Amino acid sequence: MERTTLDLWVGAFVVGGLIALTILAFKVGNLGGYDGSETYSVSAEFDNIGGLKVKAPIKSSGVVVGRVADIQFDNGKFRARVEMRIGKQFQFPKDTSASILTSGLLGEQYIGLEAGGDEVNLKNGDKFKLTQSAMVLEQLIGQFLFSKASEDGDKKKSNGGDSKAVAQ
Amino acid sequence: MPHRKIGFGLRSVGHTMIDGIWRLGYASRFFFVTLISSGASFRRIHLTIREIYFSGVMSLIIIIVSGLFVGMVLGLQGYETLQKYGSESALGSLVALSLVRELGPVLAALLFASRAGSAITAEIGLMKATEQISAMEMMAVDPIARVVAPRFWAGVISMPLLAAMFSAIGVFGGYLVGVVLIGVDEGSFWSQMQAAVDFRQDIVNGVIKSVVFGVAVTAIALFEGYDAPPTAEGVSHATTRTVVTSALAVLALDFILTAFMFRGV
Repeated sequence: MERTTLDLWVGAFVVGGLIALTILAFKVGNLGGYDGSETYSVSAEFDNIGGLKVKAPIKSSGVVVGRVADIQFDNGKFRARVEMRIGKQFQFPKDTSASILTSGLLGEQYIGLEAGGDEVNLKNGDKFKLTQSAMVLEQLIGQFLFSKASEDGDKKKSNGGDSKAVAQ
Repeated sequence: MPHRKIGFGLRSVGHTMIDGIWRLGYASRFFFVTLISSGASFRRIHLTIREIYFSGVMSLIIIIVSGLFVGMVLGLQGYETLQKYGSESALGSLVALSLVRELGPVLAALLFASRAGSAITAEIGLMKATEQISAMEMMAVDPIARVVAPRFWAGVISMPLLAAMFSAIGVFGGYLVGVVLIGVDEGSFWSQMQAAVDFRQDIVNGVIKSVVFGVAVTAIALFEGYDAPPTAEGVSHATTRTVVTSALAVLALDFILTAFMFRGV
């Protein structure tokens, strides 16, 4: 059995296919990104996590530093417990606050970390003391309408006073 | 006599049914015999490599050109719709997800069926018509192991590679139209794509799909060729049936696989 030009073509074909798969995996897919090999685990409790999902990014100043590992409901406190895995190279002070934010108007939800000023850093298994829940659009709209309505009421009252004054 | 006419009609219906079931059973047995006697196609790997050349390498041009154009059309149409909602930065994830999950495996399988599947059927049908298959049996060479199994494995190996190339070229086509031509922001094109496409969930599932399609298309093409009546007309009918049946099989299988893979994602 000897080597033929046909083998060359088949070899090139297989290599081309494998290159295409690699491109798909690393350039198109998420395999090349943050892999979370060296991480430590920190948890936080939220009143409302909104649409947060497992594997959602954890960002500090907009840079991805970790991923959400697990989301559970604490039936004792009636709050959501979010387990996060943060890269070893990113150390945060103990009084860092975690809030659930949305990227853009319709974007995905992520956890934003705001570093505090404590001397001691967070360790594996620690908990964020300061948390801020996800904004719920319905509540925001409700608040807005409520404040708008009371504002309008004030205006009407003052307008009424003015017209009376003019009439006099 | 009316009752004789009715009897004739019933008999032809029954005959068609039984014939169909018979053929299906024969096809299943053919498939299993192919699997059992495929040892030779790996021991004598040059047989399989030869077939990979004819069905895989020769399909490259049509796969690459179609992939490029499908990606470009996706980029154009996706942009037209997405810019209405001001979210043209999601173009990357739209192009990549639709290619990796659906269009890559399905269109590559359809092209493979019409480019390579029909050729396999015609070749084996003609081998049978010119009594090459019987000659092999006379020489105690198992035609399934020597002719059918290498072609089967060549198809199964080629199909995922072709589908991956189709998807990769398609993403490049979408990039050409979306970023280079229209001017969507390059950074958000790629980053949104990488955020949306999951390796396990999307890319591996796409590869699994294309392996299943490769098995289906190649098995249908081989069986139709092996089962073809040894006449010019029989071979031509078998070739047509290969393309029609494998196209239908690919689309039906795609629905079933999608229902299993992407429910609740």
